[in-house]
Amino acid sequence: MKSLIAFYNILKKDITNYYLKPPNISWGIIFPLSWTMMQLLRSVDSSILELLPGLISTSVLFGTTSMLAVTITFERSGRSFERLLLAPISLNTLMLAKITGTILFGMFNAFVPIIFAGFFINLSDINWIIVILAVFLIAVTSSLMGLLIAVSAQQVFEAQTISNFFRFPMLFLCGLFIPISSLPVFLKPLSYCLPLTYGADILKGAITSNNSFSYTLCFVMLLIFTVGLFTVSKYAIEKKQNQ
Amino acid sequence: MTMICVKNLTKKYGNFTAVDDISFDVKKGEIFGFLGPNGAGKTSTINMMIGLLKPNSGKITINEIDVIKQAKKAQEIMGIVADESNLYNEMDGFANLCFCGALYGMGKKERESKARELLKLFRLQDAGNRPFKAYSKGMKRKLTIAAALIHSPEMLFLDEPTTGIDVESSRQIRELILQLKNQGTTIFITTHYIEEAERLCDRIAFIVQGKIVASGTVFQLMNNVSHSHNINLITNKDVQDYTTALQKRFKEITVTVKKPDELVIKTAKRIPLLPILKFLHEKDIEVYEAKEIHPSLEDVFVKLTGIETSVLQKEKGGF
Repeated sequence: MKSLIAFYNILKKDITNYYLKPPNISWGIIFPLSWTMMQLLRSVDSSILELLPGLISTSVLFGTTSMLAVTITFERSGRSFERLLLAPISLNTLMLAKITGTILFGMFNAFVPIIFAGFFINLSDINWIIVILAVFLIAVTSSLMGLLIAVSAQQVFEAQTISNFFRFPMLFLCGLFIPISSLPVFLKPLSYCLPLTYGADILKGAITSNNSFSYTLCFVMLLIFTVGLFTVSKYAIEKKQNQ
Repeated sequence: MTMICVKNLTKKYGNFTAVDDISFDVKKGEIFGFLGPNGAGKTSTINMMIGLLKPNSGKITINEIDVIKQAKKAQEIMGIVADESNLYNEMDGFANLCFCGALYGMGKKERESKARELLKLFRLQDAGNRPFKAYSKGMKRKLTIAAALIHSPEMLFLDEPTTGIDVESSRQIRELILQLKNQGTTIFITTHYIEEAERLCDRIAFIVQGKIVASGTVFQLMNNVSHSHNINLITNKDVQDYTTALQKRFKEITVTVKKPDELVIKTAKRIPLLPILKFLHEKDIEVYEAKEIHPSLEDVFVKLTGIETSVLQKEKGGF
């Protein structure tokens, strides 16, 4: 019960202090919106449905990694993060509370291009349960990557630089813009090591029925990435504490 | 009864030894002070004691809880004030206190009522709904201490509680620390202000280069360095011509003239003053004031550590 009170209040504080602030709300809306419009204008021949998996994935990836990297680095530099580490709650609870706000923010980001697309095309054939599950797991894995970056960086700008170092290669290697089969042989193994590859593939399957892997394989892979990233982030926080 | 027990604690950062095999204990209900210059190992020690940093070797128990193995359990009974006011700038004073209460699992009603009580105690009730970023340094410090008390901890850690704040806030904080001690809270305090340590602490440890060079009550520390008794006498007239006679009459004393009407009598052990006063009275000299002079804690610190106190004050911006 005590952990639940702490979890809820950390989440509430993050949502109130960071995610519901006007600059972040506008970032959460404007970034996916402009990304969506840019893709639609540049790819007039493509159908909106074909673009949707890429737009959703990009919005979630950028929304989650940016927010968590900024908020945690900001709290670490002001030493308020230390206050959370010193509270009698487990590191697991703290990490879950910190990423839950980001996951919700990432999911909110994901639905901006979906709502936008809804004005132009019929979305009734989409398998929404699979889409929501995929968006959730992309948000979880991206948030955990953001957490890992935030733990490693000292300053906000440093966190953003490191984030971009991961985000852009991921976008081009996950099969959204260039099919994995068309990638050079030496890059293919790298694609299979990215959580976004499996998340984007699920979205492609649920939206355009054009997936390369089975849903089961993708969900299992995303769950493995979730556990792996959570463990590595926890280890990184513990290690950082002792430096 | 022992509240904190630290045994052979060592912390190394690479080849640098920040804390070097220190041992001490703190009794329940006492104020224990750690005094030393920057880089002496004060913060590393406190961080290990609160479970934020893992030692290379040694043992720490707080209320018989092993901090290294059960840090979270130990943190339940600790209130921690870092050397910086680390609350949330965006939140107001009341919300900050309530949030800190929630971190310790306190229910909504309980934490709101305790937050109001603490704002009143720290004379911050008028600033309760102002954002933390709008507070003065002194107010920030007071709210940070209040936040550490929200769950009524048995043990309070204060890292440099009055550094860089105004005189009035410092005074209020010191009063509150003594009030907490009277209520039974055990307090571990690190400071570089010798006067503060002397005024507040039941026992003090001097830490230099990761080692405890001396510890004890202020009285014990002073006795360690002072093996003589000095008595200052203020008289009604010039006594310079009578010092030789006084010295001849009382072989066990050494007389030094400080001013024409003021002399210092030094003895190896306590002696009765009446014969000396009678002797002077016979010479038509009246003594207006007789006072034993003790070495200050500052003198003791300088003698034991070899560090001038001005170094401590420069490091942190003065007292």
